[in-house]
Amino acid sequence: MKCSEFLQELTNYLDGVLDERTKAELEDHLAWCHNCYVVCDTTKKTIEIYRDSELYELPDDLRGRLRSAIMAKCQQRKKSSETL
Amino acid sequence: MGAIQPKVGEPVSDELALVQAAKGGDVSAFEELVKRYDRNVFRIAQHITQNREDAEDVVQDAFLKAYGNLEQFQGQSKFYTWLVRIAVNEALMKLRRRRPERMVSLDEDVKTEEDSLPREIADWSPNPEQMYNQAELKDILTRTIQGLPPSFRTVFVLRDVEGLSTEETAEALSLSIPAVKSRLLRARLQLRERLSRFFQRRESGDAQK
Repeated sequence: MKCSEFLQELTNYLDGVLDERTKAELEDHLAWCHNCYVVCDTTKKTIEIYRDSELYELPDDLRGRLRSAIMAKCQQRKKSSETL
Repeated sequence: MGAIQPKVGEPVSDELALVQAAKGGDVSAFEELVKRYDRNVFRIAQHITQNREDAEDVVQDAFLKAYGNLEQFQGQSKFYTWLVRIAVNEALMKLRRRRPERMVSLDEDVKTEEDSLPREIADWSPNPEQMYNQAELKDILTRTIQGLPPSFRTVFVLRDVEGLSTEETAEALSLSIPAVKSRLLRARLQLRERLSRFFQRRESGDAQK
């Protein structure tokens, strides 16, 4: 397996959706190719860092205001559809 | 090394019952759905629009649109996937309005210089998150993902941050599965490349930063 072929399968490998044979070929490549090992490892870390990063958390006060606004409009629509 | 562990979502078994109740006029059932997904919609909207006010508008508009169109929801997909589809469209409209000079489309299959093989292959520090304080880390992550084209960062956020499956992401974005996979691979590699400069293992004795 060449490094470019490894890269093509990287996303499937990290997502755990490869068949056993392809997975074994990839892991064989990883065992001797340090560069691909590093790329694979740091890509995995990239995903985990973003997944755990809590970027753009919705603050509680804003959350409350948004929900009140949404629900008020839903109630309004419900009333107007009932009176039709 | 093995696969990344999927993010465990909340059970959705009662979701259809909530949708049915909301369709029948039970507003509190719809409120339950809002509570369940408002944080996700806000995060997705902010990633796409990169603007806090726009993201707030998207949260309101997406839920109101979902409420107004509940009858259209047939239950073939998860409610959340359907809602994300609405939210992504609202967010893209906001983005286009703010940047009329640039066509923003999820169909764009951007070829960039970074698409070639990885150049930065230095290993990272064992605990890269601990190299910076929380505010610095958030700043690095925000600026890095903001540099991706909208079509790449949207796929990355839905798949890797929100934990949607490839199929759900394809459905939410009206993209084919190969298109989702190709964008995801490139988004992941580009983010990795850009983060490498912040997270590279430093020789012992080097000062931090």
